[in-house]
Amino acid sequence: MIKTDVVIIGAGPTGLFCAHQLGIIGLRCEIVDNLDKIGGQCIELYPDKPIYDIPAVPKCTGEELTNNLIEQIKPFNFNFHLSDRVQELKNENNKWLVKTLNGKEFETPNIVIAGGVGSFEPRKFPTKSAEKYDGKSVLYSIKDKTIFKDKSVVIFGGGDSALDWAIELSNSSRVTLVHRRDEFRGAPASVQKIKELSDNKTINLITKYSIKDVKGNGSLESVEIKSESGESKVIKADYVLGFFGLIMQLGPIAEWGLNLDKKTIPVNTENFETNKKGIFAIGDICTYPGKLKLILSGFHEGALAARGCFKYARPDEKYRFEFTTASSTIKDRLGVKE
Amino acid sequence: MAKIKYIEFNGTEHEADVANGLSVMEGAIQNDIPGIDADCGGGMSCATCHVYINDDEWFKKLPEKEMGEDDMLDQAFEPKSNSRLSCQLIVSDDLDGLTVHMPEKQV
Repeated sequence: MIKTDVVIIGAGPTGLFCAHQLGIIGLRCEIVDNLDKIGGQCIELYPDKPIYDIPAVPKCTGEELTNNLIEQIKPFNFNFHLSDRVQELKNENNKWLVKTLNGKEFETPNIVIAGGVGSFEPRKFPTKSAEKYDGKSVLYSIKDKTIFKDKSVVIFGGGDSALDWAIELSNSSRVTLVHRRDEFRGAPASVQKIKELSDNKTINLITKYSIKDVKGNGSLESVEIKSESGESKVIKADYVLGFFGLIMQLGPIAEWGLNLDKKTIPVNTENFETNKKGIFAIGDICTYPGKLKLILSGFHEGALAARGCFKYARPDEKYRFEFTTASSTIKDRLGVKE
Repeated sequence: MAKIKYIEFNGTEHEADVANGLSVMEGAIQNDIPGIDADCGGGMSCATCHVYINDDEWFKKLPEKEMGEDDMLDQAFEPKSNSRLSCQLIVSDDLDGLTVHMPEKQV
């Protein structure tokens, strides 16, 4: 059990800056994120896209913004719990007991939900029959490629993950690559390679088809694919792999009684607390009259939520407002020597 | 201004007057029309505002897809050759009478 002042759910820009504000006012926090890296949507959706509306920063990419925020909170040495997801919240004696998917437990008076539009998860096949094999022979990521040796593998998708794995697995498996159109969005070199492998019959390339059904009797045997005009084909398959990118799912947050309004959490604008004492929501996931889904709004919301957390984390102390330019206490916390 | 018809997967029809300059996606969101999620808010980075343009004449009449839209559509739920991202369809008088069909689900 880890005891802390605040658990932040979400390591996007809003969560990171809230952590900074908590550090400045002398609170500790633990940050949990479902992705395997820090940065949230900025790093997953648009690491290379320039952002033009961060105050005083005329232009920066999602990745640069993330790196700068990580740099800014470095002095506080906060712990990140990546590739993990908060699964369960329980209130006991005015403390929140937080459990994650990987079995970590926290005890905290405050939770700040900075979860964006939810956690990123792989988009799955739309076919119901695929669910039965999910995690066994229908896969959306690869942990151990040796299981495919000498097997028939059918890969769906047109991006880098699909192309890279088709190329890699073609060395030791019978690979079929299925994509819904003729163009691929993967790197040009990979697309070229796929065409070569298809020309010399190393892989079976089928375009303008998508999945219709998976079939098997206990274990997976084949996959049926369809074209838009209704033709279908059946391909032998020991494994079916889908690479359709990531989608955002609210997940367990929806079950915490936070009066959700269309995937967003209503908050008050004084401290961004939700209807539950000690649970705050900031960034894209919160809603209030006039809400703007801008990163800069998330920063403001995080600063106020941090002060809201202070009240519950230090009930016997009075919060004192200080400027970073003037306060020696803050400079100590930042490890700044003058 | 254009009158846009949004038809849910279950057949429920909605009509909205959408101001020029807004996207077809925004027209749905502002009028509380279900079936379009728009998780990323119009950044062409999530494919949850996916619609079908079933009328071929209309499909051809729409502004062509920019680079990236088809890549994003690869990641949509059941994309077809008449799929569009509604955040990329900017409303003008020319779109008056457009009908879009929503897929069974967005994610």
